[in-house]
Amino acid sequence: MYRYDQHDHQIIQERIAQYRDQVRRRLSGELTEDEFRVLRLQNGLYMQRHAYMLRIAIPYGMLSSTQVRKFAHIARKYDRGYGHFTTRQNIQFNWIDLEETPDILAELASVEMHAIQTSGNCMRNITSDEFAGVAADEVIDPRPYAEILRQWTTFHPEFAYLPRKFKIAINGSKEDRAAIAVHDIGLTVVHDGQGEVGFRVMVGGGMGRTPILGSVIREFLPWKDVMTYLEAILRIYNQHGRRDNIYKARIKILVKAIGAEEFARQVEEEWQDIKDGPATLTQEELTRVASYFSTPDYATLPASDAGFELHKTENKAFSNWVKRNVKPHKVPGYAAVVLSLKKPGVPPGDANAEQLDFIAGLADRYSFGEVRVTHEQNLVLSDVKQSELVTLWQEAKAHGLATPNIGLLTDMICCPGGDFCSLANAKSIPIALDIADRFSNLDYLYDIGDIELNMSGCINACGHHHVGNIGILGVDKDGSEWYQVSIGGAQGNESSIGKIIGPSFSAGQMPEVIERIIQVYIRDRTEDERFIDTARRLGIAPFKEYVYASPIKTTEPHGEDACA
Amino acid sequence: MREIIKDKVIVQDDWTVLRLAEGEAPDAVEVPAGKVIVPLKVWQLQRDSLAKRGDIAVWFASDEQAKELKEDIARFSLIAVDFPKFADGRGYSIAYNLRSRFAYTGELRAIGDVLRDQLFYMQRVGFNAFATREDKNIHDALKGLTDFSEKYQTSWDEKSPLFRREHRDGAQA
Repeated sequence: MYRYDQHDHQIIQERIAQYRDQVRRRLSGELTEDEFRVLRLQNGLYMQRHAYMLRIAIPYGMLSSTQVRKFAHIARKYDRGYGHFTTRQNIQFNWIDLEETPDILAELASVEMHAIQTSGNCMRNITSDEFAGVAADEVIDPRPYAEILRQWTTFHPEFAYLPRKFKIAINGSKEDRAAIAVHDIGLTVVHDGQGEVGFRVMVGGGMGRTPILGSVIREFLPWKDVMTYLEAILRIYNQHGRRDNIYKARIKILVKAIGAEEFARQVEEEWQDIKDGPATLTQEELTRVASYFSTPDYATLPASDAGFELHKTENKAFSNWVKRNVKPHKVPGYAAVVLSLKKPGVPPGDANAEQLDFIAGLADRYSFGEVRVTHEQNLVLSDVKQSELVTLWQEAKAHGLATPNIGLLTDMICCPGGDFCSLANAKSIPIALDIADRFSNLDYLYDIGDIELNMSGCINACGHHHVGNIGILGVDKDGSEWYQVSIGGAQGNESSIGKIIGPSFSAGQMPEVIERIIQVYIRDRTEDERFIDTARRLGIAPFKEYVYASPIKTTEPHGEDACA
Repeated sequence: MREIIKDKVIVQDDWTVLRLAEGEAPDAVEVPAGKVIVPLKVWQLQRDSLAKRGDIAVWFASDEQAKELKEDIARFSLIAVDFPKFADGRGYSIAYNLRSRFAYTGELRAIGDVLRDQLFYMQRVGFNAFATREDKNIHDALKGLTDFSEKYQTSWDEKSPLFRREHRDGAQA
């Protein structure tokens, strides 16, 4: 993975000094809270319900075991013993003292990490495919470009005070695992007719109050032009994006207002001025950065391991785990392993300090010392020998990291919600836990099969509810918490936005609501049809009809019953 | 007279900024004598009379575009860009365009809600003068110009990205 050189180190050190002084001036009163808020947000520090939350950048989701151990240390020393992995491949600590944040940044810098631009109206951490470099369906490894763009976005002077936050995702595989269609800019690495490498550029996707899938504004952008072209996009957005209404300030609203074609025309015009200028990427720099993502020292192995195959047939629990949590690898004899952070009873995406240390050890023993974070809030060991899967599974299981549920209903995406977040209208984690509890029978889960259940505690959609096959959105009605349900959303190559099925429900009704939706699927599915296929074929009508057919008992006696 | 930061030092400055009061029309407002920085709109609407004076500068509101002054840019030795709120970042692109696209070489001054923690970025996109907010200590603000000694990407101040300027090592084989 990428390693800092002296320039990277110097910039991070200067940033810590700058930030330390900003904190000092805030504490002394030289900076007002209004002035400081913008500065601390650009450093990932949010004021939450109970304490400050610090969001640390994990560029394109890649971590070394050393960095994971540092998280464990931060969790113990500065937080309450755990961290929370997010849908943008970052990690958050929820119980942070302002006075200690400069020291935490210094700790992070010692392992080549930071919290720069993890919040605020600026270009955020760049996300990518968690299987980059190892995926069997990869066309081009996107990580060198992601790192080059990380450096380009870091402290970009012109685009630090945009109308709103700005998120870039990049995918290099046939299947999109980076949710590019719901990003401000979504890049796909592609080849043109002559075999040249470049990007298909999507712009204006997003979730929140107005979910929109991005529009392709350029089918092929040569790789060397990526920074100048993005600069043109950002310059148009910085000047013309709306600033009068926070809910209409994302680039998607601008693109929608003037149309993707007109937006593309303006970008092309802007680009002509800087195209082929000094910001053009060089082959030398691409080669340098790419050298950090070279192939690890793989052993030459048979395509399939006899011991592994034997264990699969003899051990059902192991074979279930392999079926759900082990992914194909482009190198014979290897596999990528997903460690589930969706154990029943634990908030989705949470890992405690002991687990973090343990995961770092697993990475060192089984996977070249690297860990990836998925935007579904799980972790990946990307380079495991098939012959070692059994022992890895046994170890992971003993630490609660081998729940065999990847891609199943209990592998929910979920934001921290009202328990932590001051933006949230409603709690999300307790509802996720209740639903997971209702669907604890593994055979039933396997029968249901592939399904994405995504939940957000408010319209900001950190839990990606719009693109969940089933989406749950927490809403506030007259001071109490309600949940709106949508069906038919999807991420990936066939991205779509879910449709709301009807009036919202109370928290206590939610497990039964999900149960009823699943019953309709099981009743109406054809053979081998996934939930999303059935939902697409039938639309929301049969789900709606069945869910609202009879009153749903709620475990909470108070409040209005949606079916009453 | 007030103090501003210009070319990295604190200097006395005798320009005044004309801001229209509510209801004042840019075509009718009377531009006082002396060195005045007038709104772009006032310049555009009173160009004939103002063009005769040698002591006029213009300032851009954050929703105006650099290209609106395209034909006249070379006439001015001072152009200002207003930051109504420090978190309104449009002024950065106005400055960049004035410098890069329209080759403006005179004094480019940030006015309005101009604070220490934004000066480094402002300097990078082409500002060389800063009328920092008067309730803040300008000597303190001056320190904001030197927060960083290295930068990754190009802007007005740095024509070459880090990867073209410095030798950077790749992974050790």
